[in-house]
Amino acid sequence: MSKLGIIINGLIKENPTFVLLLGMCPTLGTTSSAINGMSMGLATMAVLICSNFVISCIKNLIPDKVHIPCYIVVIAGFVTVVQLLIKAYAPDVDAKLGLFIPLIVVNCVVLGRAESFAAKNGPVDSICDGVGIGLGFTVALTLIGLCRELLGAGTAFDLRLFPEQFGALTFVLAPGAFITLGFLVAIFNKVTKK
Amino acid sequence: MAKLENSLVNMVASLTAITVVVGGLLGFVNSVTMEPIAQAAADKQQAAILAVVPGENVTVSEPWETTAPNGTPAVVYEVSSNGQLLGKAVKAISKNGFGGNIVVMIGFDPEGNILGYNVLDCSNETPGLGAKMPDWFQEGGKGNVIKMNPGKNKVTVKQDGGEVDAITAATISSRAFTDAIAQAWAVISGNSDAATSATQQQ
Repeated sequence: MSKLGIIINGLIKENPTFVLLLGMCPTLGTTSSAINGMSMGLATMAVLICSNFVISCIKNLIPDKVHIPCYIVVIAGFVTVVQLLIKAYAPDVDAKLGLFIPLIVVNCVVLGRAESFAAKNGPVDSICDGVGIGLGFTVALTLIGLCRELLGAGTAFDLRLFPEQFGALTFVLAPGAFITLGFLVAIFNKVTKK
Repeated sequence: MAKLENSLVNMVASLTAITVVVGGLLGFVNSVTMEPIAQAAADKQQAAILAVVPGENVTVSEPWETTAPNGTPAVVYEVSSNGQLLGKAVKAISKNGFGGNIVVMIGFDPEGNILGYNVLDCSNETPGLGAKMPDWFQEGGKGNVIKMNPGKNKVTVKQDGGEVDAITAATISSRAFTDAIAQAWAVISGNSDAATSATQQQ
């Protein structure tokens, strides 16, 4: 598969949210607004690219029986580094996302890609896979966040589109996350399965 | 290169090596970022204080840590300008939020009028409802509490016979907010009486 093919694959054919349905916890939890969803997606993408690269480099040094603990240590390490850097140099982002960053460790998209892609492919391909899956995740989370924000609060990226009292609050709360996700998965599969 | 075998030595060695390398990396990043993080936290604290007790050429006293009547820790900062007391900023916690604690920094002038407030943490409140707290009670907001004086006004929500308009559909969060003000006032009123009588004695 070409490098571009790998990226497109992660974005559409194996979209982590709409097709693989991986990483549902951060997907449902952080998408109360478009900007939150997008930031979470970008942070996850950064970790995913780094961890995919490192794991693909060291995959032959790790005996099979301990590969999961090793991967988790690598992933947790990167997440903590990202968290410390955000805290130190982007306190504004930290104020919005601080709570969600540590959640990336348990995001099964990251471990899932380490297992199913990075452990079998070379470093460059793994970086491409990280970019593709990361983009797919970011686009999906932004879309869900956008729908929920629009239907629930009447804004898109904090830009008011219609008065707040017409918003259906359900969409900002947990049930709305499930409803939005369900509809988006259905639409995505209808469009891509043709 | 062939994959390493699943022997005990290999497993122990690879896990140890990885944890040591990652641990070293984290230690390094932590040592680099420690200072900026402490600086960012101090700046944020300072900005929160100055937002609730505005003024020019201000100096902020060392924090005075105490316990509010509800058992939570409260912190008081005295803000003065050129030696004159402008007011006090109190960081108070209410335990009655919709989903847990809320943390508010409240500024009082020496008479006890509320100068301003800054919600430091309402992340457990419902987005779109209780989370409107940072704007709702500001001057010009629907539930303005600015310039109220907890010693004279009834700073509780109207449902409870007070003077504050609660956030629509978020009475619990609004009660928690006024509770935080009450905690801050309780901490400061004892303290400010002492301060006033000390001034009179001079």
